[in-house]
Amino acid sequence: MRKTWTGGLVAALATLGLGFAQAATLATPSYTFNKPTVIAGAKLFADHCSACHAVSSLRYDRLAADLGMTKAEIKKDIMLPGGANYLQGMRPTMTQADAKKWFGLPPPNLSHMVRAQGARWIYTYLTSFYWDPKRPSGWNNHIFPNVAMPDILAPWGGTYAKNGKLLQAGRESPALYHKQVAEIVAFLRYASDPSVFERRAIGRYVLGTLILFTILAYLLKKDYWRDIHNKDEAEKAKDAKKAGSAKV
Amino acid sequence: MSKFGDWLNERFPAREMMREHMTEYYAPKNFNILYYTGSLLLLMIVLQLVSGFLLMAHYVPTSKDAFNSVQGIMYDTKWGWLIRYMHVDGVSLIFILLYLHMGRGLLYGSYRKPRELLWIIGYVIYIMMMGEAFFGYILPFGNLSYWAGQVITSIIHAVPLIGPGLTTLARGGPGVGTATLERFLALHAVLWFMIIAALIVLHILALHQVGSNNPDGIEIKKLKGPDGHPLDGIPFHPYYTVKDLFGVGVWLTIFAAIILYAPTMHGVFLERTTFFRANPMVGLPDVTPPWYLAPYYAMLRAVPNKYYGIALMFLAIVLPFFLPWLDRNPVRSSRYRPVYRIMILVMGITFFTLAWVGEQPPLPKYFLIERLGAAIYIGFYVLLPIISSIEPTKKVPERVRS
Repeated sequence: MRKTWTGGLVAALATLGLGFAQAATLATPSYTFNKPTVIAGAKLFADHCSACHAVSSLRYDRLAADLGMTKAEIKKDIMLPGGANYLQGMRPTMTQADAKKWFGLPPPNLSHMVRAQGARWIYTYLTSFYWDPKRPSGWNNHIFPNVAMPDILAPWGGTYAKNGKLLQAGRESPALYHKQVAEIVAFLRYASDPSVFERRAIGRYVLGTLILFTILAYLLKKDYWRDIHNKDEAEKAKDAKKAGSAKV
Repeated sequence: MSKFGDWLNERFPAREMMREHMTEYYAPKNFNILYYTGSLLLLMIVLQLVSGFLLMAHYVPTSKDAFNSVQGIMYDTKWGWLIRYMHVDGVSLIFILLYLHMGRGLLYGSYRKPRELLWIIGYVIYIMMMGEAFFGYILPFGNLSYWAGQVITSIIHAVPLIGPGLTTLARGGPGVGTATLERFLALHAVLWFMIIAALIVLHILALHQVGSNNPDGIEIKKLKGPDGHPLDGIPFHPYYTVKDLFGVGVWLTIFAAIILYAPTMHGVFLERTTFFRANPMVGLPDVTPPWYLAPYYAMLRAVPNKYYGIALMFLAIVLPFFLPWLDRNPVRSSRYRPVYRIMILVMGITFFTLAWVGEQPPLPKYFLIERLGAAIYIGFYVLLPIISSIEPTKKVPERVRS
């Protein structure tokens, strides 16, 4: 009987869960989300994306603190735009005014983009460009129609028509290309949630301590409650005896 | 101890309070898992105070810098992510506990005489919590904060005559901006919190005046032993303090796991649209409230007319105040009222379905669910006086089942 309402609660929560299921059309980037993947993604990001896009919330020195990169490595591979400051946020080479003139819109700051759009969306977006001569840039996108950004990765990934036909092969094999796009997405995921590695590192110790505390608290409770249970048992035995003698 | 203790107790009733509220407060011995929620709520509110205090030390309440200052906490402040995730995830966990706590009251008839005032104070705390959550929701000033602020304050517009003036007063200007953030921070951190804290004290005092109900809905004070204490009662301290300590351990483990491994709970505890900076020029495709307020939003949307929709929403919020008088059955607990138990089950499923549908975009395909949900919610309160006076009941035992 008491199970009825617990069952109802579970049913209600299950209904709620269905509602949170995401649209199934997005592709999932395949990567192992760890520091080497994110470092590889950061280097690719610096090479291909940071000419236009800022990651202003993420200071360059966090890459050393969070990912274990050396300062020299960061200066050589990541801080490509001139005037970048090691202690300040990741900045683009292009100025906002130039960007507005060339693309009509300043390229967005990507600090929180994965938290806002989801890693799957970013990955699908980056791999959904097609050649469209009607657009000023010559590019269009299946999941972000008429986007201002051109497919700057086309020389590596290849140029496709709207129907998916390959117009011109890229320099890289599709497998390598998709792996590298996934690494860029992994970097952006870290950039929008920079505490992720710190949280994971302390996770098992925090949970372990709390579980230990819980076990101790349970044993303490059990010990304190022993006399209550004993009293209950004694009462039950007395009742049973009474009932037994009444029958006789 | 004794010398200092005597000195203290001559000047402050510490020993007396300890006796009255802990060692000689007799609680029924058959509390189940739902009875952890009270002490856990108290714990969570203290944690919100601590994390909120630390957040406020880094927060700038201006439309220009609010978003950046919050991101500064997340990126540049030592342990900043911890205090923000604690505060944000804490809200959702508090509402989960609140719904379990209130659901328990419904299940076991804890709102019934003589606990009417206890129920009403508790329900006022819940309503204040909704306000507290709303104010806090606006402060990070993501785009969702901005638009939620605009939409919710525009509800005040519906007040006859003084509506437009009141809206301006609430926002501190024609739109949501720096003045709004400043006054919402003051309301969130000072006035609302103080009122909630005071109400919690009143809630506990009222509880200790009438005594705790229990899953069987039996009044344990009716049967007393030769020592004058209830036969089915046990002292709160040490029995329930050690039991609650175990509950705290389980709960903190869950809380820590969420913070460490799923701090946004896939966009449910911390919505995606809060990660865009507030922008009056960029509307959101759909402004939906957080899950814990969504049932009321779904009911608001169930009516096509704005004013009737708001009226329905307020009716839905106000109706539970009358529960102690709407329920006319002599038996309290749903354990001995099969029909009432089914009503609560339907009500619970309806409430969570409304929470789900309130999060969906306003599409015609959801209208039927919203309307049906609203009808069942209101119907529960309309039918309760009738059904409770004619429903069959099972025999209530004299002693609690342990």
